[in-house]
Amino acid sequence: MVAPDPAAPFWQMEGISKRYGGVTALEDVAFACRRGRIHAILGENGAGKSTLIKIMSGVVQPDSGTMRLEGAPVSFATPAEAMRHGVVCIFQELSLIPDLSVADNLGIVDPPRRFGFIDQRAQRRRAEELLARVGCDDVHPRELVRNLPLSRRQMVEIAGALGRSPKMLILDEATSALTAADVEKIYGILRRLREEGLAILYISHRMHEIAALADDCSVFRNGRHIETFAKGAKTDNEIVELMIGREYRHVFPPKPARTAPAEPVLEIARLSWGDRLSDIDLTVRRGEIVGLGGLDGQGQRELLLALFGVLSGVEGEIKVAGQRVAVASPRRAKSPAIGMALIPEDRKTEGLMLPMSVRDNVSLAAIGKFTRGLLIDRSAELSQVDEMVRNLAIRTDSADAAVATLSGGNQQKVVIAKWLMTEARLILLNDPTRGIDVGTKQEIYQLLRRLADAGSAILLYTTDYDELIGCCDRVAILYDGRITRELSGDALTERNIMTSALNLPLDATVPTEARP
Amino acid sequence: MTELRLWLQQNYGPLVALGLFVLIFSVYIGNHPAGLTVGVATTAANKGVLLALVGMAQTLPVLTGGLDLSVGMIFVMCNCIASAIVTGTPWQVAGGVAATLLAGLVCGILNGAIIVYGRLQPIITTLATGAVYYGIALWIRPVPGGEVDETLADALTNQIFDVIPTTLVLLLAVVLFIWLPFRASVLGRGAYAAGSAEAAAYMSGVNIDRSKLAAYTLCGLLASIAALLLTFVTDSGEASAPGGSIYTLNSIAVVVIGGTSLLGGVGGAIGSIFGAFVLRTIGDLLFVFDLPPLWQPLIQGAILLAALSLGAARVFRIRNRLELFG
Amino acid sequence: MQAILKSIDRPVLVAFGFLIAMLLAGSIYSTNFLSGQYLMQQLQVASFLGIVATGAMIVILPGHIDLSVPWVITVGGMMSTAAVGWWGTTGVIVALPFAVACGAAIGIINGLGVAYLRIPSMIFTLGMNAVAQGLMVLHTGGFAPADEASPFMRWLAVKRSFLDIPNTAFVWLIVGGLLVLALRRTPFGRYVYAIGNRERATYLSGVDTRRVLILCFAASGACSALAGVMLAGYSAKAYQAMGDPYLLPAIAAVVLGGTNILGGSGTYLGTVAGVLLITLLQSILSVMQMPEAGRQVIYGVVIIAMLMVYGRGAKRAA
Repeated sequence: MVAPDPAAPFWQMEGISKRYGGVTALEDVAFACRRGRIHAILGENGAGKSTLIKIMSGVVQPDSGTMRLEGAPVSFATPAEAMRHGVVCIFQELSLIPDLSVADNLGIVDPPRRFGFIDQRAQRRRAEELLARVGCDDVHPRELVRNLPLSRRQMVEIAGALGRSPKMLILDEATSALTAADVEKIYGILRRLREEGLAILYISHRMHEIAALADDCSVFRNGRHIETFAKGAKTDNEIVELMIGREYRHVFPPKPARTAPAEPVLEIARLSWGDRLSDIDLTVRRGEIVGLGGLDGQGQRELLLALFGVLSGVEGEIKVAGQRVAVASPRRAKSPAIGMALIPEDRKTEGLMLPMSVRDNVSLAAIGKFTRGLLIDRSAELSQVDEMVRNLAIRTDSADAAVATLSGGNQQKVVIAKWLMTEARLILLNDPTRGIDVGTKQEIYQLLRRLADAGSAILLYTTDYDELIGCCDRVAILYDGRITRELSGDALTERNIMTSALNLPLDATVPTEARP
Repeated sequence: MTELRLWLQQNYGPLVALGLFVLIFSVYIGNHPAGLTVGVATTAANKGVLLALVGMAQTLPVLTGGLDLSVGMIFVMCNCIASAIVTGTPWQVAGGVAATLLAGLVCGILNGAIIVYGRLQPIITTLATGAVYYGIALWIRPVPGGEVDETLADALTNQIFDVIPTTLVLLLAVVLFIWLPFRASVLGRGAYAAGSAEAAAYMSGVNIDRSKLAAYTLCGLLASIAALLLTFVTDSGEASAPGGSIYTLNSIAVVVIGGTSLLGGVGGAIGSIFGAFVLRTIGDLLFVFDLPPLWQPLIQGAILLAALSLGAARVFRIRNRLELFG
Repeated sequence: MQAILKSIDRPVLVAFGFLIAMLLAGSIYSTNFLSGQYLMQQLQVASFLGIVATGAMIVILPGHIDLSVPWVITVGGMMSTAAVGWWGTTGVIVALPFAVACGAAIGIINGLGVAYLRIPSMIFTLGMNAVAQGLMVLHTGGFAPADEASPFMRWLAVKRSFLDIPNTAFVWLIVGGLLVLALRRTPFGRYVYAIGNRERATYLSGVDTRRVLILCFAASGACSALAGVMLAGYSAKAYQAMGDPYLLPAIAAVVLGGTNILGGSGTYLGTVAGVLLITLLQSILSVMQMPEAGRQVIYGVVIIAMLMVYGRGAKRAA
């Protein structure tokens, strides 16, 4: 490893504050990082990490404070300006333009030119070089970005960032959609860049990624920089405690011992959909939390959507509470006869109306409950909504506040609250704790177990192995659209999940590089 | 082979429009009493190019995810201006042409500036500026009238080498010197980027403001070129509000038929050219089939609806309904 | 609560402020501007635009637009007078409901095209406008169409029954009142705003967004047709292109009243303010005997100026 630069830190921030209306995003933050180091930034949602990154990359301006690059004071009015100074950021929401080709995207800022016009051929050669650097030669430069799968898009994004000759590279949850193999490639690239003397900032919620990569760690909480320490100086639990500010034990609510099997709420037989789902048989009983596991993109999302009536052309048999049903639409799925609920994948675009109030969002799916004749009974609505908000401990200034002002975890709680209002008997969850802070995750686990104990049936898709093992009574592993195995009880271990996910027999050895 | 596949995939819309045009035009010529003569071709070309230019004009703001509802009024205003000053000595004529083009340019810049720097919505902005441009048109030509230089009018509305309609050459020139350079430039690509994913484009450092401004400016310029052509064809200027309105709405139809998405980011002016020819020929087709005149507007309307609804076919192929919501 | 109320009402306050400013400015020109006679007359004229704007708003809120307004208005006018001519006394009774039903039917077709075929509303309603025009040309051509308004229609559009307030204003009040009730107190109203915010999330919340949209377009068609009936009553007959002058002012009124052109937010009070504003503006310009050219320019400039005050988008911040 290159010895750290002995002179002033490469990047320094002092007294940085940022307010959005009444909410303080950052309060008097001092932060520094050095060249040739990978510096991880940790914190719950709402801790200020995103705002910090946005300030560093020129997307927003701080209300006060100074920034220094190699000792000289700087301020970035636009992302373009930050990039000119060598500060390049890879955001969580991709900055690729879907209707342009890969080559155009990679050359978007400063394309090679001929007589003032864009030199398509030179641009394409540059794209091929950049793609080769990240090991993505299977991507055709003229392909439109919107036709690439998410993992390839993320790789293109990373390739593009490298192409801007960064002095400081910031990755904001940049590996969330990548396959395990791609993640290893990225690790390799980042380590090489570190050797070359780049300053690298890495935001991630995945502890093992931090453990594998980071030289230094900074923890943020409630808009303040709490502490920075070197790798190995603290245990995982200590780090999490710093992040949530209180004592923490990674504990899941206990699973009840099952005596006799309860009656089934959902019975799926021979479910198929195109080439994405084949011959799925699955049963979920009252009081059970069944998990869907396996590698990304094996059909788990499609299964949930198929059950909820979003997909057309679904074959096979679905029975709810013993009756055969045809779920033609989410409206039908929600109806009391079937009683399904779906907490969708992307809360911002699929679960919430961000500018509308918490109250309006919570009551949207169950308005029928407060309707007398044609009109809504406002007082009944208000009291029931407020009670739900209290029950789920949704933290907000007021129930009339726009949902956009809530933190990610609380937003997700609003989505869950919305569906709990419908008193569904079967709750489907599509990766509900992705991008959610540790504290809220705990609350959600408790909630799910409470709901199951009260008689609901729960089908949970999650990419977090700890969750699969800790929350679920049974886990069905999907591979290529089929269920390869169901695990429960003592067989429900990480190793078994992994082997099933790779479609290997249970006693096979698991290659270590495949760890997500 | 992948290159061809990708090219076909990405130019699907305009190719369909082209195919449609070839089909409809063949039917038209086949049933026309005179057949494919130079005269017939020239008349068809003159009308088609007029609509094509306005369609190209509208394409640019639409690519950025916006819309220009004043394009018909810029067209009308420049027509009135041209009918007043494109006449007299050759120098005066040249000056008149230049001034008309400048007027269109200025209207475009004004639209773009209000939308970009004033941060107002394109639809309502251009609605309002359209009223202003119409007012100016009315001020110049309270009643229809005016005249235009005859030699220039003759030259443009007839043929080159006695065979090729001059208007087609004009269209080609516009494509070569205005559209293609724009498309190949950073400004043009920025327009596509703005329409496709404005936030992402901004974060990537694209200068969206400049691209949008350029799009609206060129829109005004193209509308003024179309207006000049109209003046040469009709030899007069008229401040007709319904006329301007019809051109605006037709320009939107043309853009859609040509395969450009109203959401922005996809399509191009070439497709709009084919879309314009399709629309124009449909109108002529009805005339040729000698349908009772009372039925013509209805049939024209129904065909327009059908043409615009072509894109709806994809709805039936969708397997994941979430894709319907974009 | 306070903060949110304030932010909703600001455009409305500004619109009403402008309104009062214009009245005062006009009154300097002539004291007639503040007379009851003049104001009532403005109210009468504004009601027509108000009913059309109501239809426009109910489609803009869920994020769409209805460009078939001009010829659906004409359909309303022509179908009501035609009913009178075709069916004698029964015709007189059913003229209004029949015409409104025709408008609603066109609206339903619009809704089907937009909600089921997913054709952008701007395009589909444009096409329907052309089709409606074709139908009316067919209807009026070739034979002398019955185009006389019934006495009831004339009474509705011209007379004043109560406190010298024009009947048209009462019709506007009823229509507007129904919309406000629907928007604020029914599930339909919630769904309309939700769809305007994000149709995808509304769909995934188990709402039949297609049905809601069809209802919106049907209502818009009904409003346009109703306005047509009343316009026919006002002029005592129906005529071609009677609806043309109403489309753009209706959209402008809705936007000036603070409704987001992309949908998702807006109050009816704002639309009322916008309608009054535009009517007054057009009237003042005509009283000042400003030539049409100048009127158009001022009309456009005023709209831009007002939008600059409160209609601006947020400064770009990711």
